[in-house]
Amino acid sequence: MRITVEGLSWAAAGTPVVRDVGLDIAPGETVGLLGPNGSGKSSLLRCVAGLRVPSAGSVRYGGETIRCWDARRIARHVAFVEQSADADGELRVADVVGLGRTPFRSRWRGPDATDRAVVAAALERLGLTGLADRPWPSLSGGERQRAHIARALAQQPWALLLDEPTNHLDVKHQLELMELLASTEQTVLVALHDLALAARYCDRLLLLHHGRLVADGSPADVLTSERLATVFEVDAGLTTDALGHPSISYRGPLRLSSRSPLEGVS
Amino acid sequence: MPADRISVRPAASAGPAASGTSAPAAVDLLRPAARGITVTAATPPAGSRAALPRPVLVLGIALVLAASVAASVRIGAADVGYADVGRAFGVRLGLDVTPLPPLADSLVWDLRLPRVLMAALVGAALAVCGAVLQAVTRNALADPYLLGVSSGASTGAVAVVVLGVGAGALGVTGGALIGALVAFGLLLALLRRSGPDSVRIALTGVVVGQLFTALTSLTLMASADADTTRAVTHWLLGSMAPARWESVAVCAVVTPLGLTVAWLCSNALDAFAFGADTASSLGIGVRGTRTLLLVVTAVLTSVAVATVGAIGFVGLIVPHGVRFLTGPRHRVLLPCSALVGAVFLVWTDALARSVLAPRELPAGVITALVGVPLFLLVLRRRGAL
Repeated sequence: MRITVEGLSWAAAGTPVVRDVGLDIAPGETVGLLGPNGSGKSSLLRCVAGLRVPSAGSVRYGGETIRCWDARRIARHVAFVEQSADADGELRVADVVGLGRTPFRSRWRGPDATDRAVVAAALERLGLTGLADRPWPSLSGGERQRAHIARALAQQPWALLLDEPTNHLDVKHQLELMELLASTEQTVLVALHDLALAARYCDRLLLLHHGRLVADGSPADVLTSERLATVFEVDAGLTTDALGHPSISYRGPLRLSSRSPLEGVS
Repeated sequence: MPADRISVRPAASAGPAASGTSAPAAVDLLRPAARGITVTAATPPAGSRAALPRPVLVLGIALVLAASVAASVRIGAADVGYADVGRAFGVRLGLDVTPLPPLADSLVWDLRLPRVLMAALVGAALAVCGAVLQAVTRNALADPYLLGVSSGASTGAVAVVVLGVGAGALGVTGGALIGALVAFGLLLALLRRSGPDSVRIALTGVVVGQLFTALTSLTLMASADADTTRAVTHWLLGSMAPARWESVAVCAVVTPLGLTVAWLCSNALDAFAFGADTASSLGIGVRGTRTLLLVVTAVLTSVAVATVGAIGFVGLIVPHGVRFLTGPRHRVLLPCSALVGAVFLVWTDALARSVLAPRELPAGVITALVGVPLFLLVLRRRGAL
């Protein structure tokens, strides 16, 4: 499903967070959304997911504006994975993954055979089958994150929107998750902090800075040492690795002001 | 544009690359175009949590409720046999039975029976309201009185009893109902700008409750004598004694309606577990659903409180106890909470009228005395204590 965003702006309590962003994601593309803390990644993702109403601009799924769509219709197209969404209570892993079937279920009926089969497949895809009956509070951070992604897959969406899904995951699970995202037919828009993961697995990268889209292109085009200096304020060198992906080596944070943080401490 | 229904396959040009035309046997989650396929593969066994199938569980508790109602009609200051209950029923069904003496008949039919039925209805309503509000506010401590409804009801009742507002026309029940609805109206008005955010609901409810509690105390201190104060205190602790057929009829209409609406929101209540954004991304109209559920719980609670006072603890502990039995999914949790709440209140009311017979204890005292140990037991078995 093609996702098109035009002139999108969003403000939180009068403070502009996302400013005039336009993007076009082709069906099946895996796109990484990068930017430092507070650059508007989460807000942009939420606007694209239909969770926030933009103050200006439009979001289109497959060419159709979602402004008038209700939550249920959106949920049948797009699955959204929040950053560390948590619950207390005795939900089992299978219950959490089963939530992904909510948009397909009528008020009157409980889960049917299709729902159960889809949930089982989603659990298996994320290697959670053995944990299906485990209560939520007993899971590690990484297991919770994988359960959320299984839940998103159980939604059988056309597009997956994920807000820093690799948080809390160990290296192996990070790589497995990114491989999964890269291999899906679904359109994927994923906010990431790890530039190396983004460079390795995404077809395309978007770079946000102060709510504006400052770069949009292939990983090699977007990740340059000048951009890392201006946007992330780090001193980094870029080389191309054996697989042709950009490889980043950080030399340290850039001090934009002349004062070192320790100066002035008497 | 991909089609909106599962059963319709999207046009290959607009959707993701079409998968093969032959239906794969397994669910391929990574190929959304495959989601039109009906799954025929053997389904995994249902969760092993509930040892009993759910319909059996619900039916079982329903039978316990029926037995409890029948048994507790007999219990009280005056002993009534099953034969007497049968005779009271038989006469009204036009059967050929010897009528009871008028006094005994009135005791069974006009006092005991409405009272037991009221306890069942109120217990069901409070337990479900508690479960719903715990999910809506994502707060394990939420109970039906979180919305300030009971404080509003007491202000209304006190206004009628002490100040004589509305004279005889309103009665305590009418005054309490109006007070409860006024308090809830104030809550909704305060939430109008911010929207029903889960933390705001709880905080605003507490504020509204405090305001009306203060008004009640002020009225009592300013103008009530000792007797009125005691009467009002008794009412505040809750008692089934004022239940009559008219109030039972109102509850018998409102409670099943409210419970049905809440049950139809089960999917939404489940989806609230991870907060508003996740619920919304699962297709729940969060604002509308929350408002609807607040209105339903407020009306159910108001009707209950107006007749029998603010009976505490049922709405807090019953949902927690039932969750232990059924798991947290609201499709099963809500009906089971309703039934268990009904059983619980029927028995606590039976205790309230028989422990110190002929004197009667407020039901709220018994619910806490019985409820606290039960609750601790549940917590302990869950390993939370």
